[in-house]
Amino acid sequence: MATYSTSEFKSGLKLMIDGDPFSVLENEFVKPGKGQAFNRVKLRNLKTGRVLERTFKSGDTMEGADVVELNLQYLYNDGEMWHFMDTDSYEQYMADAAAVADTAQWLKGEEICMVTLWNGSPLSVSPPNFVSLRITETDPGVRGDTASGGSKPATLETGAVVKVPLFIETGEVLKIDTRTGEYVSRVKE
Amino acid sequence: MTMDQDWQPSAAPDVIRRRAELLKSIRDFMQERAILEVETPVLSHAAVSEPQIHSLSTVYQSQDRVQQETLYLQPSPEFCMKRLLAAGSGAIYQITRVFRDQESGRRHQPEFTLLEWYQPGLDYIALMEEVSDLLQAVGLARAGRLSYREVFRQATGLDPHTTGIDQLQMLAMESGWKTCGDHRAELLDFIFSMKVVPQLGLESPVFIYDYPECQAALAAIRTGDPPLAERFELFITGMEIANGFTELCNAREQRGRFERDLLLRTQAGKPAVPVDERFLSALEHGLPPCAGVAVGLDRLLMALTGIQNMEDVLTFPANRN
Repeated sequence: MATYSTSEFKSGLKLMIDGDPFSVLENEFVKPGKGQAFNRVKLRNLKTGRVLERTFKSGDTMEGADVVELNLQYLYNDGEMWHFMDTDSYEQYMADAAAVADTAQWLKGEEICMVTLWNGSPLSVSPPNFVSLRITETDPGVRGDTASGGSKPATLETGAVVKVPLFIETGEVLKIDTRTGEYVSRVKE
Repeated sequence: MTMDQDWQPSAAPDVIRRRAELLKSIRDFMQERAILEVETPVLSHAAVSEPQIHSLSTVYQSQDRVQQETLYLQPSPEFCMKRLLAAGSGAIYQITRVFRDQESGRRHQPEFTLLEWYQPGLDYIALMEEVSDLLQAVGLARAGRLSYREVFRQATGLDPHTTGIDQLQMLAMESGWKTCGDHRAELLDFIFSMKVVPQLGLESPVFIYDYPECQAALAAIRTGDPPLAERFELFITGMEIANGFTELCNAREQRGRFERDLLLRTQAGKPAVPVDERFLSALEHGLPPCAGVAVGLDRLLMALTGIQNMEDVLTFPANRN
């Protein structure tokens, strides 16, 4: 893997630090007038999501991380692993629970997800911003009540629970914003 | 900013006007005090030896292009101005463009404007007072004063003069510099920059003075325990604005510092640079006891306008020229 020097630490660059892959968020040049120049760098650990700050002497080099982001189609879960496929190359990838994490609650099959691969293996999986899922269980709807603003929990076919307006019925298909986990609208079938 | 728009200046019209007003108020201030405005060359055969300052260079060619010589763009007008002082100029100042290689960032540009002035007969304490007068004259508050030791202790609990290398290393590593070495000056640079400077001058401007000996640059050193560099820096809103000294007048000590700088450069794999022999000759002839200060005018303008990014106080920063 290539090495990069501090002036190349642009936002989005992937670096290896202490054995983990990181993505550069910010890089600030700090130099006392008469003193040593430094680069103060904010990085996100791509395995844990945690952000840390590191300082390097200007001109120091770090090893790049072999990290790529691919749009892959979700196929199925075998009980342990989640299987994805590149629809261009038909190459398949397996992601474990740590990589899929909370994204699992939005996946029923065929969704195109953004999968971050490190050394060829999935490191994290982001769902599409919007998914359409059927309600498997919710309290009976309150007819005609489309304006009172109340809400109730509804369980979706993937097991996710979202808050929905009172008039929504079991069996309806809903559009959900996965970034907020919120109900957006009904989906007409 | 797209390519077809980047012909435009990045400073707003009122900031361009503020700069003109700032320059005028500085020149009025200097005239009132009978400090003479001078000009010295931007190009020099010699370069500054300080290991952390990198000079840009260019090549001069004879008409037939047979002879070539490397010329350095001044990172500071210090040497030439001291030659004027040694020749009996009296108090002098200069507003000039200076150049630094390997410096660009939110508060750094490879080319920027310095106000530099020298006062024979003053020491660094008296010069701090005069810089404070200038701040007032350009519309800022006067600056308070804290010693390097005081602020370092307040921020870290450690005494910068007596704390051992291992403890400084531990603090540096805790603060995110995992690959710090055992170089005392670098460790102090790091800790001071990251832990101390961001808190300095938030309410009103502040001078930090009496630096550790290893941070002396071209300052006179006062013997004692510990020996202290008669150096000050001015900070406003966590930003270094000015750097001043009681100037080192001893030619032999100056030559010793040059030699040490060159050794440090070689050790760090940086290019050796020609030492300014004419400057050393001027010191041998005799530099009158004096104090001098360099003020970054682009940063002073940032402090006056509250602008965070240096590009926004320049007509055409490095990425648009």
